[in-house]
Amino acid sequence: MAKRATAPEATFSAQKGLKPSDKDVILSLQRVSRDFDGFLAVNDVSFDIQRGSITGLIGPNGAGKTTLFNVLTGMLDPTAGQVFLDGHAVSGKSPDQLFTQGLGRTFQIPRPFARMSVLENVMLAPMAQLGEKWYGSFLDRKKVVQQEALIRDRAMETLEFVTLDSLADRAAGQISGGQMKLLELARVLMGDPQLILLDEPAAGVNPTLTGTLIEKIEDLNRQGKTFVIIEHDMDFVMQHCNPVIALAEGKIVFQGSPEEALANPVLLDAYLGAQAND
Amino acid sequence: MIGLISYLVFFTTVAAILSIAVLGLNLQWGNSGLFNGGVVAFFGAGAYTTLILGGTPQEAHLGGYQLFYPLALAGGMVAAGVMAWVVGILTLRLRHDYLAIATFGVAVAFENLMRNAEWLAGGAQGLRGFERPLHAWLGDGFTYNALFLIFVLLLLIGTYLFLQRLILSPFGRLLRAIREDEIAARSLGKNPARIRLTAFVIGSVIMGLAGGLYATFYAFISPQDVLPILTFQIWAMLIVGGAGNARGAVAGAFLIWAAWTASGWGLSRFAPVDLQLYTGSIQFVLIGLVIVGMLLWRPQGLFPEKLVVSQSGRH
Repeated sequence: MAKRATAPEATFSAQKGLKPSDKDVILSLQRVSRDFDGFLAVNDVSFDIQRGSITGLIGPNGAGKTTLFNVLTGMLDPTAGQVFLDGHAVSGKSPDQLFTQGLGRTFQIPRPFARMSVLENVMLAPMAQLGEKWYGSFLDRKKVVQQEALIRDRAMETLEFVTLDSLADRAAGQISGGQMKLLELARVLMGDPQLILLDEPAAGVNPTLTGTLIEKIEDLNRQGKTFVIIEHDMDFVMQHCNPVIALAEGKIVFQGSPEEALANPVLLDAYLGAQAND
Repeated sequence: MIGLISYLVFFTTVAAILSIAVLGLNLQWGNSGLFNGGVVAFFGAGAYTTLILGGTPQEAHLGGYQLFYPLALAGGMVAAGVMAWVVGILTLRLRHDYLAIATFGVAVAFENLMRNAEWLAGGAQGLRGFERPLHAWLGDGFTYNALFLIFVLLLLIGTYLFLQRLILSPFGRLLRAIREDEIAARSLGKNPARIRLTAFVIGSVIMGLAGGLYATFYAFISPQDVLPILTFQIWAMLIVGGAGNARGAVAGAFLIWAAWTASGWGLSRFAPVDLQLYTGSIQFVLIGLVIVGMLLWRPQGLFPEKLVVSQSGRH
């Protein structure tokens, strides 16, 4: 039985049954489990994410990190427990509903809309576009054209922000894997979510692009966006994430600051140990 | 000479009508990734409804409402759309091959219903008693057919322009996104179920328009006109032309229709007498070969889809 580390400051208030009334908590998990035919991929996980933080989610392969992301983003329903976003219970909501409530995500393996231009990938994301109704461009042409111009400008700005503006007209399937990760970030930003979940943003990305990505994440964080990041690159996590949460076999084995993580024997055993055996 | 021209008018009319149906399928498959294996059912719904609404009173079956022609044609489109909506709600959760099988089944059921429900649409005898619009004025001759061709071509151009605007709109972007990656689209706040249903209905309404025109042209429709082979012909047109490219779809329709009529003519003329009996079957095999051959050697079609760009990054 893993011993839970003491929570630093007030970051973790997830004692059982506590209502997430704290306004500084953007996301709260209470005893969340996800079962696949008897296999508990996520096992009784509780934690709170503070508004404005960058949380690192680590753990060996198969620890349940991506499953947890899928539960948080509505792609999977939890088999037990409850997820609160901004104080509202959101378990059972679909990914598209959660995005409209301010929760965006990227994928471990990028999912670009391959046969669409990079710009179109990004222009897709804003919500409630007038022209999304099929009759919009026929009945309300003028307004749609105006809105398109605005969305296009914003999309170009966002592409500039992630340094992809020169590739705007390229098919998204033809850019590099690292660029696809930046593209996914750009897409998510167009929806202006408050909480962004990134699944291994640095994996398979060259160091220059990783640098760009980290810079952008920290920029956005300063602007008030909250991040939860799954990452295997320990340097990345230790330098840029605080707090750090470690999962192993579906359970939380550690939560605390990066300094505490480095000093924690349970974490070293569960994470670095299993990693060495990969 | 007149014979050749009037044949060309006839040929072009049918090819243009089929082009409209191919454009409908292109919206569903080319732009939205919906595998409709029952094109003929929506084509047939448009054809039958147009004749039922616009025809003269008949004793044996439903119909004879003698509606003003544009209303009858619009009614055919609405019928195809309503059918697509019902079928869509039941089947659009299915993806690709399963959707194809389900819609294929719908088309076979449609043909069987039309063949057997005599009270509805005349059964195997088909629907008669339809007079082509303005027939009393223009007679049956070349002038009528030439004017009808112009009417069909205008509708083809109208359909083309409508679809171009549609796929360049934010709605078109949604369609492509869902075709490319439904999970990613959902993660960006889009609801694929509703969007797919809309695309399915619009495509089917266009097929219904094609069916209505087809029935108008022949002033007759019977279960023989709604056999599965028509679905395959329309698919062959789209695959040969290039799914996702509307101009390619129209080119494919003309090419395949030319190949179909030429092979029919060639077989009846040059094939040995004992094979003549099988002309139709040989043509079926040929259509199958064209589809399989294209998919093997040039799956993107003769006119591949270009990157559709609603907005360009260049100023």
